[in-house]
Order: sequence, then C-alpha cells, then structure tokens
Amino acid sequence: MGTMVNILGLIPGLPLLAAGVSALAPRRCRRLSAGLAIGAMALAFLLSLAAFAETLQRHGEQARQVFNFPWFQFGDAWLQLGWVLDPLAAVMLVMVTFVGLVIFIYSVGYMAQDANFTRFFTFLSLFAGAMLGVVIANSLLLLFICWELVGLTSYLLIGFWFHKPSAAAAAKKAFVTTRVGDIALLLGMVWLYAKTGTLLFYDHGQGCLEAPVLAKAFPIDEFGDLPLLGIALLIFVGAMGKSGQVPLHVWLPDAMEGPTPVSALIHAATMVAAGVFLVARVFALMKPNWAAFVGPHAWVSLPPPDATLVITWVGAITAVFAALIAVAQTDIKRILAYSTVSQLGYMMLGLGVGGVAVGMFHLITHAFFKALLFLGAGSVIHGVHEEQDIRRMGGLRRFMPVTFATYAIGMLALAGFPLLFSGFWSKDEILHAAHSWPVSRWPFYLGLFGALLTAFYMTRQVCCVFFGNQRAPVAEAETVQADKAQAPHESPKVMTVPLLLLAAGAILLGFVGTPAWPWFQSFLEGESPALDWGRLVAGGTLGLMVVSSLVVFTGLGLGWWLYGRRPRRSATDADALERLMPEVFGVLRGKFFVDELYEATVIRWHAAWAQCCDLLDRWVWGGLVLGAQFGTLGLSWLSKLCDDWVVNLGFDRSCDGIQRSARFTCALQDGQVHNYLRALALAFAVLVLLLTWACAG
Amino acid sequence: MMSLQSYLILAALLFSIGLAGALTRRNAVLVLVGIELMLNAANLNFIAFWRFGPHPEALTGILFALFSIGIAAAEAAVGLSLIIAIQRHYQTTSLDRVDSLKG
Repeated sequence: MGTMVNILGLIPGLPLLAAGVSALAPRRCRRLSAGLAIGAMALAFLLSLAAFAETLQRHGEQARQVFNFPWFQFGDAWLQLGWVLDPLAAVMLVMVTFVGLVIFIYSVGYMAQDANFTRFFTFLSLFAGAMLGVVIANSLLLLFICWELVGLTSYLLIGFWFHKPSAAAAAKKAFVTTRVGDIALLLGMVWLYAKTGTLLFYDHGQGCLEAPVLAKAFPIDEFGDLPLLGIALLIFVGAMGKSGQVPLHVWLPDAMEGPTPVSALIHAATMVAAGVFLVARVFALMKPNWAAFVGPHAWVSLPPPDATLVITWVGAITAVFAALIAVAQTDIKRILAYSTVSQLGYMMLGLGVGGVAVGMFHLITHAFFKALLFLGAGSVIHGVHEEQDIRRMGGLRRFMPVTFATYAIGMLALAGFPLLFSGFWSKDEILHAAHSWPVSRWPFYLGLFGALLTAFYMTRQVCCVFFGNQRAPVAEAETVQADKAQAPHESPKVMTVPLLLLAAGAILLGFVGTPAWPWFQSFLEGESPALDWGRLVAGGTLGLMVVSSLVVFTGLGLGWWLYGRRPRRSATDADALERLMPEVFGVLRGKFFVDELYEATVIRWHAAWAQCCDLLDRWVWGGLVLGAQFGTLGLSWLSKLCDDWVVNLGFDRSCDGIQRSARFTCALQDGQVHNYLRALALAFAVLVLLLTWACAG
Repeated sequence: MMSLQSYLILAALLFSIGLAGALTRRNAVLVLVGIELMLNAANLNFIAFWRFGPHPEALTGILFALFSIGIAAAEAAVGLSLIIAIQRHYQTTSLDRVDSLKG
C-alpha cells in the first residue's frame, strides 16, 4: 500500500477548500481569491505528479490501489465510499490539474476587467474540486455526487454573465439537457446496486467491476446477460448527456455563452470528457471480459452483444454530425464547440472499437489542443474587443503573432497533421482500431470523413480569422483616434504564456502513444512499454497512416482552395461554400435544425403537457381545495350559529336568573339589625297564633 | 293571694314592653335593655309556673330562673362590650348606621 493513495483525497480537497474560503471572502479580495485558486490548483498538480510517479513504478494488478471508508449505515449494510489510484486516474489527474492550472492563470488576464472576479474563481475552484473528485472516485455514488457538482458549476459558469438573457437560457438548457442523461445514470446506478450490492468499483475482489462479483450477479445464458447490458447502456446515456453525444449534444454549443476560459476548461478539456472517462472507468461493464469470469462457454466463438456496439455507433455518428455542422458556423467559439462534440464522438468511437487506452489517449491529447484552441480564441476575442464573428475578423496574423502561432499549432493538432502533432497519433489509433473492428467497416469510413471535415473547417476558421485583410466594420475604424483604440492587439503575457505551455503539450504528447512506442497504452493496461519501430509498418498501420494523412491534406487543401486563395473581402460576403452549395450550407448553418426539431416536438409536447398539468391543477385540484375551503367555511358558520343561539343564549339566561336571585337575597340581608328583629318578632307572633289555634283546636 | 293569670299577664306585659323597646329604639344600649326586659318576663313565667305548679316543694323553677339570670348577666357583659367596640369603631351606637354585614 503506497502512501499517495491515502492522501489522494487532498487533490480534490484543496480546490474545494479554496472555493469555500474565497466564497466567504469579500468581493474586493480579487488577489486573494485568484491566489487561493491558483495555489490550490498548483498544489493539487504537484500531488497529482507524485501520484503519477508512484503509479509509474508499479505494474500489472499492483498498479491499482484503493482507499475505501464507510460513509453511513442503512439497514444492515454500510455504504462505502473511496478513491482509487490507478493509471487511468493518475493520467486524468495530471491532465486535469495541469490544464486547469494553465487556464486559471490565463483567467487572471482574461477576467481582469470583470466585477465578479472573486465569484469567478470561487466557481472555478469548486469545479476543479468536483472534477478531480470524479476522477479519483472509487464508488459510482461518489462519482455521481461529484458528477452532479460538476454539472452545477457548469450551470453557474455558463450563466456567469446571467444579465445576458442568452447566457441564462444557455445555462438552463445545459442543465436540463444533461439532466436527461443524469437520470439514466442514476437509474443505472440503482440497478447496478440492486444487482451487485455494492457501488465500489474495486474492493479487493468485492467491487462491482471485478470478475467475482460480476460473475455472481450476472448469471450468463446463451445470449449474454440483458440486465448487465441494460445497466451499461443506462450509464452510457449518462455519459452521452455530459459528453454531448447526439442527440443530447444541443447544450454544448450554447454553453459557449460562458466566459472563454470556462469554455476551454469545462466545455472542451475536462468536464465534457467526464462522460468518456466514465465509460472508460466502468469499461468492465461496457465490454465484460466474458472468458475471464465464466470460463470457456458454448458461445466462445461468438461473444454476446455488449454496450460497445452502441457506443461505437453513437460515437461515429456524433463525430461526423457535429463536424458537418461546424463547417457552416460563423461564431469562433461555436465552431470550436461543434468540433469538441465531434472529437468527443471520436473518443467514444475509440472506446467502442479499441478499448480504454485508445479512447483515453485521444481524450488527453484533445484536452491539450482544444484548451489551447479555446484560449487562443479567447485571446482573439479579447484582442478584437469582444467580437466573436469570424466574418468580422481577418488579418489578425499581423497583430497577434503569438496567438496566431499557438492557434495554428492547435489547429494542426486538431486536424491531425501527420507525424508532428499529437492529434495525428491519437486519431490515427482510433481509425486503426475502427479499421479492424469485426462488426462493421462503416464507423471507419465515418471516422475518415470526419477527419476530412475537421481539417476543412479548421482551415476555414484559421483563414477567416488570421489571413486576408481586416474586416472590422467600417464605422468603427473611421476616425483616426478610434482607429488607435480599436486596432486589434496582442494579449498580455499572463494569457500568452499559458498558450505556449499548452502548445508544447499539443505537440509533445503525441509521442507517448505512437505505434512504435505505445507507452501510454501500455501504461494504462499496466504493462511495460517496448520500443519497436517494426510496429510502424506492421499490420497495415503504415497504409492507414498514409490514407489518413492523405485525407487530412485533402481537407486542408480544400479549405485553402475555398477560403485561403481568395479571402473574403467584407463581413457581409456570402460564404465560399455557400456560393457552391447554398442548400446544403443552409442546412448545416441551421445545425441540421435539431434545436428547431426539439422546439417543435419535445418542447411543444412538454409545454402542452405542462398546460394539461396547469389545467388539472387549476380546475381539478384547485377546485377540490376551493370546495374544501367553502365546506369548512359553511361548517364554521353553522358552528358559530349554534354557539350564538344555543350555547351562549342558554348560558346568558341562566346567568341572569342567578343574578336576579342573588339581588333578592342581597336585599334580605341588609345589615339592619332591626329588620332581623322584626322578622323574629313576626315569626314569634305567628308561632304564638299557631299554638293558640292548635290548643284551641 | 294573687292568681297565676295576673302573673302571666304581668309577664306578657313586660315582654311586650321589652319587644316594643327592642324594635323601636335605635340606640344599641336601649335595644339591649329591651332584650333584658323580655328575658326577665320569661324568668317571671318560670317562677310563676313553678309556684302554682303541681310540685312547688321541688326547687326546679327557682333554679331555672337563677341560671337564666346568670346567663343574662354574662350576655349583658358581652353585649355591652360589643357596643363599646362598635362605639369605638364607628363613633356611634345607632344600629341604623352599623350595616356593614349587608349582602
């Protein structure tokens, strides 16, 4: 048992603590909150590195260390939470803390003018803590708790500028859409608990991902186990919501209403990858290792269907679908958002066809270059005074050299430019795995087409933003003084240095997972890597690499031919592609009208149903309540009458009688001795008379 | 020798005078005097009935009278001291004004 795993809880704990402290700090303590957030993140980064180093020294099954503790008791069972340190968690930890740290530093520059600077860093720290919690969780429940916290911070940060109606609406949309997935995840979690009796992933053979428990909980017949498939699919739907897979992708592009660092951190690099991470974490459920826990069986030649089939198709469709939409967008961040959706599709595709290592490798490399692209976009937006429309940019290469250089690196990595950039290696691996997928060849073709589109739309974007002439609206540039103030400018160092760091990552990371030296893949699978140049050419790898390179070059060339050769002259020109294929372009610009479809179906049904509920509420339940109210009123009137006319009246009468008799006796007892004497005398006289009469009688 | 009737008439007269005095006087002392008169009328009756009764040799009647006179003395003492207390408290002996015990 290593020491790191015991203090692993500190890694999410420190940012959470920082969030708590800066939540209580007054608004003017800008330095304090930024310092706390960055300090906590830096410490978490160092701890993650230590954890990573410890994982490096272990191999095989030993590489996984868990730390479980009981949380509370219900019935006669203890609910246990815990964290796990394995290569998967270690890699994610280092990625999240590093990218997070870089983006935190960048935010200091980007948000410098914002009045709610303190609140921003509070939310960012809270997010970082929750995200790290998702990464280290060894219990589906703890993962779910952090998952929801992550969703909450995402909501808060998308709606950070809530005074803009569009931001408030986007925040709501993101929250509601991911909720659809979260419900499925919750159901899957409950079902899994009902089946296995534990939510711990690993517990020395007793965890729900380990073969003994799985074998006991899921008796397998000829067709595989349907409950297991159901649980896996429900969990995958949760991952779809968070990772923006079709058809739950609609929230992610709208989430770009948040500040750009938020888009980079949450909606590109880390949170949206949480879905992919979740699938990788519970991969034992997604693709059960049948042979390991039931032994050889009748169907060994044809394994039963598992969830990876669905994951693969959803991923492949998402990859192409979102890439198509990205081609026609004009908002710099929205293009990147659709690109993120598309790349998340690639990751899912990789998980489905190739397993954990393939999907995770793309996740890590993507995190770096997509964070780089978003921060670059933020730098551009900052430089051109909060303009986000690429049609109104252009020629920025001259004004913002650092941003341009780093952006170009990110763009080439995303497009998968051969050999030099990380995106090439990770995407190539996915394509390679898809190529050898036994079920169907279509995901491979879809992946290739997606790669072509990716190269194309990124070229289009870079050409529009950085090349050509400046197309800022004429009115703004008219006066000489305004020209000086309005001219695009390079961002400060606090923003460009993070860009350089991420650019280095975007290039170098690819070399830890090349086919010749698959260190990353071996590390995740707990094996020791070996350098073998022969693998570069073996098994059709080289051929595939050539094909995908050709595809990328085609995309780049097409993009250049359409947008670079003759750059657009003014902001209002028709798009080059629009001139070629106006109908197709219209559909793509409308994002396949998914939002409109939802508006017309789900939202309309929802509104109608809400109307029904409203009517029911207003007339049926409300009527019942009103009836009960009037009934009660009537009863109380009756009771009041009874009180007034029966009880009170009778009481009053008897009181009056008592008072009258009292008055009479009072009059008798008047205190005059003579009256008493007179009474005595009278009584005596009567007595005498009576006696006399009696004697006489 | 006077007959029993004459004693009884005397006693009845005495009683009536006493009753009239007690009823008509306002002064507490005079009321007390009237009461003493009525008491003595009763004593006179005792003596007369004893003297003219069937057993004059037994001293029952005179003993009754003696006890009655003793009690009357004690009663007079109590009554007079009450009157003095009333006089001290209310500064009057008129019974009209002493009516605190009315209902």
